[in-house]
Amino acid sequence: MLRMRGVVKRFPGVVALRGVTMEVGRGETHALLGENGAGKSTLIKLLGGIETPDEGEIELDGRPYRPTTCADAYRAGVRVVHQELSVLPHLSVAENLLFEDLPQRRGIVRFAQLHGKAAALLDEIGLDVAPTTRADRLSVAQLQLVEIAKALYHDGRLLILDEPTATLTPKEIGRLFEILLRLRERGVTLIYISHRLGEIFELCERVTVLRDGSVVATRPLAGLTSSELVRMMVGRTIADEHTLPSGVEVGSEILRVEGLRRSRSLPAVSFSLRRGEIVGVAGLVGSGRTETMRALVGADPMHEGRIQVDGQAVAIRSPKDAVGAGLCLLTEDRKAQGLMLGLSCAENITITDLAKVSRLGVVRPSAERAAAEALVQKLRIKTPSIAQAVRNLSGGNQQKVVLAKWLFRGAKVLICDEPTRGIDVGAKEEIYRLLWEFAAGGCGVLVVSSDLPELLGLCNRILVFAHDRIVGEVPRPEFDQHRILSLAYEETDLELHT
Amino acid sequence: MNSTPERTEGQGTPASRGRVARFLLQDAGVALALVLIVIFFSLTAPYFATSENFLKIFVQIAINTVLAAGMTFVILTGGIDLSVGSVLALCSVVGALVMTNADLAPAVSVPLAVLACTATGAACGALNGLVSVHWKVPSFIVTLGMLNIASGAARVVSDNSTISGLPQGFVDFGNMIFAGVFPSIFLIAIAVIAAGWFMLRFTVFGRFIFAIGSNEEAVRLSGHATGRFKIAAFTISGLTAGIAAVVYLLRLNVGSPIAGVGYELNAIAAVIIGGTSLSGGKGSIIGTLIGACILQVLSTGLQLFGIGDDFKPIVIGAVIVLAVVLDAVRVRFSAR
Repeated sequence: MLRMRGVVKRFPGVVALRGVTMEVGRGETHALLGENGAGKSTLIKLLGGIETPDEGEIELDGRPYRPTTCADAYRAGVRVVHQELSVLPHLSVAENLLFEDLPQRRGIVRFAQLHGKAAALLDEIGLDVAPTTRADRLSVAQLQLVEIAKALYHDGRLLILDEPTATLTPKEIGRLFEILLRLRERGVTLIYISHRLGEIFELCERVTVLRDGSVVATRPLAGLTSSELVRMMVGRTIADEHTLPSGVEVGSEILRVEGLRRSRSLPAVSFSLRRGEIVGVAGLVGSGRTETMRALVGADPMHEGRIQVDGQAVAIRSPKDAVGAGLCLLTEDRKAQGLMLGLSCAENITITDLAKVSRLGVVRPSAERAAAEALVQKLRIKTPSIAQAVRNLSGGNQQKVVLAKWLFRGAKVLICDEPTRGIDVGAKEEIYRLLWEFAAGGCGVLVVSSDLPELLGLCNRILVFAHDRIVGEVPRPEFDQHRILSLAYEETDLELHT
Repeated sequence: MNSTPERTEGQGTPASRGRVARFLLQDAGVALALVLIVIFFSLTAPYFATSENFLKIFVQIAINTVLAAGMTFVILTGGIDLSVGSVLALCSVVGALVMTNADLAPAVSVPLAVLACTATGAACGALNGLVSVHWKVPSFIVTLGMLNIASGAARVVSDNSTISGLPQGFVDFGNMIFAGVFPSIFLIAIAVIAAGWFMLRFTVFGRFIFAIGSNEEAVRLSGHATGRFKIAAFTISGLTAGIAAVVYLLRLNVGSPIAGVGYELNAIAAVIIGGTSLSGGKGSIIGTLIGACILQVLSTGLQLFGIGDDFKPIVIGAVIVLAVVLDAVRVRFSAR
């Protein structure tokens, strides 16, 4: 039914898909599997008409399929149920279901007909809510079903589900599966994306594994084991890439986190970090790794937890407290949270500690210039001048400006969330070098990354997050991609299927 | 590079053309627009380029310039202050009441009145800031509320009447003219602009105003509490409304509960025409001064042309929109 041949998609600085060829049969339930950043999301975006491929062909039912808008995809019968649901919260369930095709006469909505049609659809999918209920009263699981019902109404023949179970309870997942099985009986083709291997085994017939934008293999699931699947996902090797320089002394403990909970209902997390150490934080997106780091630096609320920096207990209620204690966060999204894009390099660097370059509340331009220029040189930030707006720098240089602002502040512990995302290879190496230098100077570094080989090359130790818990801690001598990925993909799955 | 000698200067290459265009669209562009408008009216309206006319313009822009100076701080942080017009009214009646108090000698009552004006204004501004920051309410709504509250308070305090009979020395100071064309109230406005320029350009506080307007979350994650800077910006806007009330008393010699109606919109217009971005983080107070001048020069010039009060707002409205369109074009340029 769906056939892709040599599909390539490039984004500035990255090739997201490098010639993907795959086939999905009519009525099949096909799993799409791969690590974070393997190219799954890009693939869905191409099918949903959100992005267009740079090269290659897609065929649907033997005809060329090149959607350029979401509407094109709908007309062709392709519906994507995204992770972030596209529900209009203040409208009723019925209005949401039939939004693109409201029954009307001369522009006036005919509510009786609307509610009748909606009730039939809800009945068909087995969702027991009144069509007049406001959408924001529904649970996430119910909204998911609304989206699916909507797809069916529009004669969806190919339904793509992106991590539909990420936020559902086991009971809700059971319901969803029943409905998906019923759809399959009706001949609807499904592409199912999930990080939960157990679900894939339960629901799907075949699986395509993506890695670094290429297809590793398409295989029937019968006869495969979880362990084999994880092995297929394991990415490139780290043979001759950046590796941790030897000879850096690991010293006394610089950070100790005990019993950190982000909210009452979430498990407690504990770990520690020593001077000179770079500790990696691995795990899937949504495993709680970023969220835990943000709570640690007060960016998001922390329910409870004891934090010690250099053996001293510190109370962290805001980023101000954290920065005061020397805990500095290099955020995942540097443009939205790390930089003031319209301001200059110098202004971005000195914002963390203006007292250093001012007297009686007045900034001393010469002192500021000297401080900024020293850091620009030290970090080799490529900019025509320190007065250049950060907006005009490349991604790598922008990231270095964020590093520079924390060096200016005198960070003790640098917490980097995806420090090399969207940065070209050369700049990546430089960021690694800077992090090593920083650690060697007697500080500590935590690195959250979805790029496992990056962590393997960069770190002394790796913590693995899954389901808001630390499920494993792997020291450098025991580094092994397969082991870490297995931990990240829920150890329970492996027990069930190996 | 295989460029010809003429081209090594950078002229004519696409990159340098972009730079020139960007420069023209920014601060210098606003100043240039003012100069062109002045030249145009000087050439076409005979009375325009007389010292008498300039004196009149300087008298007329004083109040708006002072209000717009404070407004610049608020808009730079990404907020807006709709209350300054009626805060001015409240401050004017408070000041006039203190000044006309029969128990006080003018040497005491005048300084006391100035203090009362500025303190009242600053208090209103601080309240705007506190409510908006503490409960995370958009400043548009908070200051809209204050617009009504201050207006009502002005009527209550004044018993809904204008208050005249200000001390003669105060009135005389308001009529003083320096160097033939500079009225005292214009010099007050220039002093306010100069103080604002210094704060925004050279102080740590000014740096935070720009930084918060540019990306408040980044400032917060850099380890700073941003609330107090935003409250300070609103307090400054209230303070300048108080100073503008003193200027109002100097110029019109009465405190009035219906003073200042619509002034907030003129102040916002001056800030925007001056090139400060409504979304914050970008702009200058010198631009604001130029913006206020453009508005008044246009208004006076059109009058000299015989274009009546009915038609004038149409032109001025168009200029405001044009300024914002130019701002949008500028953003697109700098995004390249």
